[in-house]
Amino acid sequence: MTDMTSSLAGASQRPASTRRDIGIKRRYAAERRFRAYGIGAISIGIFFLGLLLWTVVSKGYTAFLQTEIVLPITFSEQVIDPKNERATNPAKLMTANYPLLVRDALVQKLGLDPANRAEVKLATDMVSASARTQLRDVVVANPAIIGQTVSVALLAEGNIDSANKGQIDVTVDEANRKVKDKQLGWMQTLAQDGAMTKSFNTGLFTSGASSRPEAAGIGVAALGSLYMMLIVLALALPIGVSASIYLEEFAPKNKLTDLIEVNINNLAAVPSIVYGLLGLSIFINFAGMPRSAALVGGLVLTLMTLPTIIIATRAALKAVPPSIRAAALGLGASKMQTIFHHVLPLAMPGILTGTIIGLAHALGETAPLLLIGMVAFVVDFPGSPLEPSTALPVQIYMWANEAERAFVERTSGAIIVLLIFLVVMNLGAILLRRRFERRW
Amino acid sequence: MNMMSEATLEKAVDQKMNAVPHKMIGKDVSVYYGEKRALFDVNLNIRENTVTALIGPSGCGKSTFLRTLNRMNDTIDHCKVTGKITLDGGDIYDPAIDVVELRARVGMVFQKPNPFPKSIYENVTYGPKIHGLARTKAELDAVVEQSLQKAGLWNEVKDRLHESGTGLSGGQQQRLCIARAVAVSPEVILMDEPCSALDPIATAKVEELIHELRANYTIVIVTHSMQQAARVSQRTAMFHLGNLVEENDTDKMFTNPDDQRTQDYIMGRFG
Amino acid sequence: MSASLLFLLVLLVGASAFVMGRSRAMATAGGKLSSLHSLPGYHGSYAAIWALLPSLVVLAVWLVAAPPMIDRSVLFHLPTEVLNQGNAPAQLALGQVKSVARGLALLSDAERSALDSGSINLRDAMGAKGIPLAGAGEPWMIESATTFNRMTANSHLAMAGVVLLLAIGGTLLALRGISQRFRARNRVEQVILGGLILASSIAILTTVGIIGSMLSEALRFFASVSPMEFFFGTVWDPRFAAAGQAGQAGQFGLLPLLAGTLYIAFVAMLFAVPIGLFAAIYMAEYANSTVRSIAKPLLEILAGIPTIVYGFFALVTVGPFLRDISGQLNGLVTGNYASFIQAQSVLTAGLVMGIMLIPFVSSLSDDIITQVPGSLRDGSLGLGATRSETIKRVVLPAALPGIVGALLLTASRAVGETMIVVLAAGVAARMQINPFEPMTTVTVKIVNQLTGDLEFTSPQTLVAFALGITLFAITLCLNIYALYIVRKYREQYE
Repeated sequence: MTDMTSSLAGASQRPASTRRDIGIKRRYAAERRFRAYGIGAISIGIFFLGLLLWTVVSKGYTAFLQTEIVLPITFSEQVIDPKNERATNPAKLMTANYPLLVRDALVQKLGLDPANRAEVKLATDMVSASARTQLRDVVVANPAIIGQTVSVALLAEGNIDSANKGQIDVTVDEANRKVKDKQLGWMQTLAQDGAMTKSFNTGLFTSGASSRPEAAGIGVAALGSLYMMLIVLALALPIGVSASIYLEEFAPKNKLTDLIEVNINNLAAVPSIVYGLLGLSIFINFAGMPRSAALVGGLVLTLMTLPTIIIATRAALKAVPPSIRAAALGLGASKMQTIFHHVLPLAMPGILTGTIIGLAHALGETAPLLLIGMVAFVVDFPGSPLEPSTALPVQIYMWANEAERAFVERTSGAIIVLLIFLVVMNLGAILLRRRFERRW
Repeated sequence: MNMMSEATLEKAVDQKMNAVPHKMIGKDVSVYYGEKRALFDVNLNIRENTVTALIGPSGCGKSTFLRTLNRMNDTIDHCKVTGKITLDGGDIYDPAIDVVELRARVGMVFQKPNPFPKSIYENVTYGPKIHGLARTKAELDAVVEQSLQKAGLWNEVKDRLHESGTGLSGGQQQRLCIARAVAVSPEVILMDEPCSALDPIATAKVEELIHELRANYTIVIVTHSMQQAARVSQRTAMFHLGNLVEENDTDKMFTNPDDQRTQDYIMGRFG
Repeated sequence: MSASLLFLLVLLVGASAFVMGRSRAMATAGGKLSSLHSLPGYHGSYAAIWALLPSLVVLAVWLVAAPPMIDRSVLFHLPTEVLNQGNAPAQLALGQVKSVARGLALLSDAERSALDSGSINLRDAMGAKGIPLAGAGEPWMIESATTFNRMTANSHLAMAGVVLLLAIGGTLLALRGISQRFRARNRVEQVILGGLILASSIAILTTVGIIGSMLSEALRFFASVSPMEFFFGTVWDPRFAAAGQAGQAGQFGLLPLLAGTLYIAFVAMLFAVPIGLFAAIYMAEYANSTVRSIAKPLLEILAGIPTIVYGFFALVTVGPFLRDISGQLNGLVTGNYASFIQAQSVLTAGLVMGIMLIPFVSSLSDDIITQVPGSLRDGSLGLGATRSETIKRVVLPAALPGIVGALLLTASRAVGETMIVVLAAGVAARMQINPFEPMTTVTVKIVNQLTGDLEFTSPQTLVAFALGITLFAITLCLNIYALYIVRKYREQYE
């Protein structure tokens, strides 16, 4: 070993003054600037992500609450069935004048003069027009209720709902305001009485399209999306995996497979709207499938998702080391057995991750669905994928085009629901990858 | 054998020149990769204008030690160096010392030739340009010629300076990398197994080059080949399992080492 | 027999074919499984394939082909006065006949005889069964409907017979072939391979379908509007012609749409490229693993957000914000608080699209940059270059081709983006250079022309396919060139 003290004495010395000037200060300034650009760029990206999410959440979280007006409704026989013919003509109950019940209840509750028509109209406008169907359903379900007085929670009209959530600027001149001063006064009265409450908005999840924001929901659209996702899963996964197995394991490497490879990569980057045109032209005009049907939407989205799944599957198959194949083949397994018994199970986590990401993409896709007629006003739940339906993102698009404040809130609420679905799917994909990730 | 005896002769001459100053001094150098310790309190001095060879079996820490000398370890996450390493008496791990300045003085040549995918000319002028050592076209031309001359490559490439450096043969690429290092006029050149990817003829050329460079530069070379260490170096340090086993004059090391482990390694018992 | 019941029956035959094939193979082996070439399960699968494949193919073809044939023959037998009215009324009559046919099947015998004797009206009879009839209904419809029902029933019967025969015949044929040395596994694997090939051909068929369908519809468009007028026209004014109001042909100039498309894509790239690139550089070259593991997924969330959400963001946040801030700026400078940026504008759409593209640029570039070998970085750092010098002078030049490819792929996405521009760019087809004014794009017009109730024969709707094929051609060129560059780049460092 070297003796440290003696060697230190023998160390070469070079005075600092003879050192070369290599512009350290200037170069480090440039270095810091460059780093700052990078940090800045990432921060801008994350800032916009935050801004976008904040916009959606701040505008949309109120959509999960809905203002209701609880009124003691007197199911007066005189109004519903004055001639007492419901036993012979059940249709009578369907067409009765239910809004009158609401009017009477409101007049009584607020102590209005029934002769003052303008005032009564203003008051009844506070209750959603959907009260008619709501009361009708109550009576049809239980005709014995006629003659009784029961408290019923009715949906408040969209603008009243907005005002109750503090989204309408009351300092604006009354003439330019959707909610009038009198209505604001009544709202206060009702609130003090405990007759105006906010409760969880189940209608948002169970209703279909409606021109009245307070009665509109995403339930029907979500069912349409569910149909389409099931179709995509049932078709794209097996077809995509089969195609990948052939291309990766069996196909000879020649010009044709090269072409297929380029073709698939290109299909993954083709604008989604082109798939819409394809669906319109082939599935609807040529094959005569029904417009607005979830089946057509599902097929279009399948074609769109296939390249993503194929690319992910091929990568997963490629990642399985050749030694596994050699081991199985060496035991006398056929190539097909090797792939289905050994390679495919090992590649499965990667395939499923790719499939989930592809599905998430398909779930959020809007443009091609517009072209195959899914911009439809669908009120009822589609009983099958062949019936007219719409999809969650399309519902968002339609609501985004509505001007009312209450629709902006619903749109954001629907976006929150859509994003939650996507987050859950992507988290699932990440967990799957973490859980089964294997390093060779 | 002929060459060997010549080298021995030269080393005898060297030893007469007493007190060759120490260019770099390593004191209690330890390196940790995260939890794992790769070097254990190594004390090793590098003499000026001398070729010092670091030998030892794979994973013994010789490359790790080499990379501490110009702080290339900084580029690895979770790598920590303790102890003290000085260059001309100044601590190179002192926070006040700048790593860029350090590397301009302590250059490095890597195991695999790694020319930039640019022309030969641009490869050589890269260092001088970033350090602002040469500015005019004439200055740069001069640097290119001198450096390629020193690297023994000038005659082979002078007609195609503007062709890509990646188009050269492996040996030429490695000499280009040496020329690139020389162009910065460093004081120390570190070489990490510079010949491991080369064929015997290219290896001989690079060894010859190392021999010539010794006049102006202090050279530290990591090598797997004991013959190479014997051929090119004057001092040799033997590493084993992260420890410095022995450091000695090369001819002493290869004829009569102090440590049994060195003896075993040289005799080919392990490694 | 309904098609689904038939399907179930065929599956049943298939399942029993599997069981029989397997047990037959075991029987031939006489308890010594090793004497068989293939495992009994493969023999079973072989029999099941013979049972299922031909019969199900026939079933599918029959289900698709029979109804149009029946329609044709019923249509042919409609009264001549109906047929003479032309195609559309005849189709309408056929629709009514089919409704009647559905209703007739629901009638009881008594109701049926009442109908035949004319004591009740056809429309009322149908209405009582919940089938609305568009017209009053005419006596000949009952006759046609009866024919229709009869033919349908016959067709179903014949189909059931043929399909079941095929299934059983296939099973017997397969069972006869089973022997010890029979290579059942190879046969089964051949069928599977055929299936795999079929699946991969779908990728090709999709492209063929895209090009074929759009080209044929576009050709129909070019029959009424000349290609010169479309590709070089500078005015877009398709005049939504009401049905039957022919001769109201509008002007279909592509150039204003193309200009808007490229302009918005350019603004988006202007925004996304520097941010995405610097983010990628920082992530690949500076960030330690902790920062990377947080920042990278966060940016990737941006890529996972549906474009409709970006469109909404542009519509309710970015657009109004730009409009108001421009008003404030204008007010500060000139005292006139009029906005010079409109809520729907090239800038709004470009900005929001740029945000959407950031993760594309950054993750594609990140991949490319990390493929540059570490030895080059070491070489540069070993010479005393700073990190940024290494990046600017060694890493980026080496990665340049790959990055160009990545940017072209991003540009292709920008050109084809739909929902953001539909909500944020506006619908006015204009050629101008002010980024604060609205412009429109090819994709917006495709959506505009095809939503709503339109005839699929008018140039107003067919133009969408001409626009579509133009869009497809542009993105195809960008994609293929970009994929080519990126592939070459990858090979270089493999």
